Amino acid sequence: MAGRPGPVFLARRGYRRRRLGDAARVLPVLGVALFLLPATGAVPAGQGGYLYLFGAWAALIALAAALAGPLARGGEEPPAGDRPET
Amino acid sequence: MTGGANLLVAAALGYACLLFAVAAFAEARARAGRAAWVRSPLVYTLSLSVYCTAWTFYGAVGYAARSGLEFATIYLGPTLVLIGWWALLRRIVQTGRAQRITSVADLVSSRYGKSPLLGVMVTALAVIGTTPYIALQLQSVAVSAAAFAGADPVGGGVAGAGLVAAGLAAFAILFGTRSLDAGERHTGVVAAIALEAVVKLVALVAVGAFVVWGLGGGAAATLARVDASPVGRTPVDPARWTAILFLAGAAFLCLPRMFQVAVVEAPSERALGVASWAFPLYLLAMSLFVMPIAAVGLDRLPAGSNPDLFVLTLPLAEGREGLALLAFIGGFSSATSMVVVAAIALATMVSNHVVLPLWLRTRRRGATMAGDVRSVTILTRRLAIAGVAALGWLYLRVSGGGGALAAIGLISFAGVAQILPTMVGGLLWRGATRWGAAAGLGTGFAVWTWMLLLPALDPGGAPSFLFAGPEVMPLVGGDPLVAAIAWSIGLNLAAFTGVSLATFPSPMERLQGAQFVLALESGRAAGAFAPAAAGAEDLLVMAQRIMGGPQTQALFAAEAARQGAAGGLPEITPEFVDRLERELAGSVGAATAHAMVEQVGGGGAVTAGQLMAVADESAQLREYSARLEAQGDELRLAARRLEEANEKLTRLGEQKDAFLGQVSHELRTPMTSIRAFSEILRGGDLSPEERARYAGVIHDEGVRLTRLLDDLLEMSVLESGQQVALRTEPVLLRDVIDRAVRSAAPGTLRVIRDRDEEEVALVTDPGRLAQVFINLVSNAAKYCDAAAPALRIEVARGAGVVEVVFADNGAGIAPEDRAVIFEKFSRLSDSASAGGAGLGLAICREIAARLGGTVDYVPGRGGAAFRVALPEAAGHARAAE
Repeated sequence: MAGRPGPVFLARRGYRRRRLGDAARVLPVLGVALFLLPATGAVPAGQGGYLYLFGAWAALIALAAALAGPLARGGEEPPAGDRPET
Repeated sequence: MTGGANLLVAAALGYACLLFAVAAFAEARARAGRAAWVRSPLVYTLSLSVYCTAWTFYGAVGYAARSGLEFATIYLGPTLVLIGWWALLRRIVQTGRAQRITSVADLVSSRYGKSPLLGVMVTALAVIGTTPYIALQLQSVAVSAAAFAGADPVGGGVAGAGLVAAGLAAFAILFGTRSLDAGERHTGVVAAIALEAVVKLVALVAVGAFVVWGLGGGAAATLARVDASPVGRTPVDPARWTAILFLAGAAFLCLPRMFQVAVVEAPSERALGVASWAFPLYLLAMSLFVMPIAAVGLDRLPAGSNPDLFVLTLPLAEGREGLALLAFIGGFSSATSMVVVAAIALATMVSNHVVLPLWLRTRRRGATMAGDVRSVTILTRRLAIAGVAALGWLYLRVSGGGGALAAIGLISFAGVAQILPTMVGGLLWRGATRWGAAAGLGTGFAVWTWMLLLPALDPGGAPSFLFAGPEVMPLVGGDPLVAAIAWSIGLNLAAFTGVSLATFPSPMERLQGAQFVLALESGRAAGAFAPAAAGAEDLLVMAQRIMGGPQTQALFAAEAARQGAAGGLPEITPEFVDRLERELAGSVGAATAHAMVEQVGGGGAVTAGQLMAVADESAQLREYSARLEAQGDELRLAARRLEEANEKLTRLGEQKDAFLGQVSHELRTPMTSIRAFSEILRGGDLSPEERARYAGVIHDEGVRLTRLLDDLLEMSVLESGQQVALRTEPVLLRDVIDRAVRSAAPGTLRVIRDRDEEEVALVTDPGRLAQVFINLVSNAAKYCDAAAPALRIEVARGAGVVEVVFADNGAGIAPEDRAVIFEKFSRLSDSASAGGAGLGLAICREIAARLGGTVDYVPGRGGAAFRVALPEAAGHARAAE
C-alpha cells in the first residue's frame, strides 16, 4: 500500500482534467439554452431583454474564462494509463 | 471638395500608410526573429475580429433600429462556437495544423480523399458568397465617406471605392503572398489586423460612450430611452432568432476569412483557449452600445435618416467632427481588414484548387521538374487577390449599390454555411463520402442560389429562365430568409447523409477520413504508400520548386539524419513521402501536393488496385502457410506410417529368422528319421514286418518333405508374378466346399453348413479355389483350441460378390497378430501341431487375388474367422488374359 499514493494523486488530477473537459463541452449547450430563451418569449422586449441577454452573455464569458485557463494549461490529453479512470 | 472631404481623404490615406508601416515593421521584426508577440493569444484574439466587418460596424445599429434585439444573434452565434471550442473548434484547428490545411476548401478536399472536385466546389461557393460581401465593404467606405462629406454617395463614391479596392489589393499582395507555407503566418497582415481590431473597438465604444453619457444622460436614462423607442419594443421573432443564431455560428466556422485567421493562422492551443472567452468579450463590447446608439439615433436624428450610418451621423449631427472621424476610421478598418483577409483566403483557394491543378494538367509530367512552381504559385495568388478585389468592385458597380446590397450580409452567411454539414460531418463521421459531400454541397448551393441569391440580385421577381421563384416552396410565406435557410441546410444535410450512406468511399478517402476523424487520438498518418518509382532526387527537385531551396534541403537533411544516412539523400520511405506531401500541402493545398508527388512517383499513390495487390499478397501468404501446414500434417502422417511399416518389418524379420530355424528343424526331423531308419534297413537282419514298417516311415517322411518343398515352390511361383494357368469352368460352390471339407476336415471337427445357401454357380478354377478352402479348413482343424472344435461355413451374396466365411469357435487371433497372418513364413505359434510351413494363408491370398477376389480376417466373430470374397463371374477376367 505504501506505493499507492502517487498514482492515486495522478489519477485524481487526470480525473479533474477530464471533468473540466466535460464542463467545457456542456458550456455551449448551456449557452444555446440561455440564448434561445428570448426566442421562447419568456424574456421581455426592451430594457429587460437587453439586460438579460448581456447578463447571460457576460456570465458565459466568465465561465468560459474560468475553464479555459486550466484546460489550455493541461495541453495534451492525460497519458493513456489514466483512461480507465473515466 | 469640402474641407471635410479633404480631412477624410487625408485621414484615410494617413491611416492606410500607418497600416503599411505597421505591417512592414512587424515583418522586419519577424525576419529578425523577434515576432513572438504575433503568436500571442491576445493578437490571435484580435485577429478573429475580421468577423466584425463594416456591415456589422455600421449595419448592426441599423439592424437594431429595424429589428431590435435580433441584431445580437450575429454575435451570439460565434460566441457559442468559441465557448464550445473544446468540443469542435479545437478539433478543427488541430486537424488543420496536423494536415497543413491552407483553406476551408483544402480542409474539405483533403478530408474526402484529396478530391479536386470538392476543392473546386467549395472555392466556387466561397467566391460567389464572398464577392458581394466584398462589394458591400467597398460600398460602406464610399457611403460613409459621402455621409461624412455631406455629398451624394453615388458616382464619385464608386470611383473612390475602386481606389480603396486597389489599395487593399496592393496591401494584400504585398504582405499576404510573401510566403506560401500555411505554417508561416502572415505576420504583417496579422499585425495590421490586430491594430485595426483595436481601432474599430475603440471607435465604436467611444461613440457608444458619447451617446450614453453625452447624449442619453447616463446608463439608466439611456436604458429608459431604449424601452421607449421602437428598438426596445420590437418583439423577438423566434424563427428568425433561432435561424440567424445558427447561421452566424456556422458562418464563423465556414467563412473563408474566418477559417484563415482562426484555423490556418492559429498559433497554439493555448491561444485558442484564451480566445474562447476573450473574443466573446470583444463581441460583447462591440455590441454593448448598439441598442443605445440605435435608440438615441432614432430619437434625435430627423426621421428618414439612414440608421445604418447612425454611428457616423450621430456625432456629426452633434458637431463632434473628431469623434465622427474616429468612427469613420473604425468603419474603414472593419472594411479593409475584411477585404484583405478575404482576398488572401480566396486567392489561396483559387490558386491551389483551380489555377494550379489546371496548370499542372496542361504541363503534364514535365511540370514538376521543369517549371518553377513556386513563382507560378505566387504569381497566381497575386493575380487572384487582384481579381477578387476587382470582382468585388465590379459587383458594386454593376449592382449600383443601394438597398439590394444591404441584405447581402446574411445571404452571404447562408451561402458559406452550406459548407458546414460537409465540413463538420467529415470531421465527426468516418462514413461521410466524397459523393455525399459533393451532393450536399451541390444541393445546398443550388437551393441557396434559387431561394436567396437570385431574389436578392433581382428583387423584381424570379428571373425568366427559372420555372418559378422560391414562393412555391412551403414555409416561405412566413420569413423568406428563415425558409431558405431551413430548406437549403435541410436538403444539404439530407443529400450529404443519404448519398454518403449509399456510396462507397475510395481507399484514399477512407485513409484520409480515418486521419481526420481520429485527429485528436494521433497526429500520425496511417499507412501511406510510397510512390515506387520516385527517386529522392526527383522529389528534392520538385519540392524545391514549391518550398524553396533552403527549407527543402533542411527537410531532406533532417530526414536523412533521422534515418542515419548522414550527408546523403534520405531513403524514400512511405512515412517520408507522407510528410513531404503534407509539407507541400502547406503551400499548395492537399489535392495539388498529392497530384505533384504522384506525378513524380509515376502515379504511385494509393489506388484500389494497389490495395488489392496488397490484399492479394497477404492472401497468398496465408494460403502458402496453410499449404505448409497441410504438408506438415502429411509428413507427420507419412512418418507415422513409416514407423508402423518399420515395426512390421522388424517383426517380419524376426519371424523369418524364427521360420528359417523352424524350416531347418522341419527339414532336419524327417531327414534324421530317414537316415536313422535307412541305416537300420542297411544293417539287415530284420523281419519282413519290421522292414515294411521302417520303409513306410521313410516314405511318410519323404512325403512330408515333398509337401514342404511343394509349398515353398508354389509360394515362390505365385510371388514372382509368373503367369499361373487357370482352368476356369462353371462350377457349383457347394461342390468345391464339399471337396475341401472331405479332404481336410478330420472327424474331430464338426462342420456346420447350410447346403441351400451354397448353391451358387461360379465360373472359376475349382482346383485352386478348393486349395484355398482346404487351407482354411485345415487351419481351423489345426489351430482351433476349443474343447469341441466346430467350423461354421456361411455363404452370402452381395452386389456381384459371393462371400464365404469360415468361422471356428476357438480363441481367434490376437489383434496385434492380425496384420502378419497373411505374410509368408508367419506362424503364430511354434506348436509342433502346426504341420505347415506358415505359407498357407499367404498362398491363399495370392490365389484368391488370381481368382479376382480377396481373403480377409473377420474380427468379432468369437473365434478365428476368414472371409473369402469372390466375384460372381470370377475367373472371367483372368481367363481372358
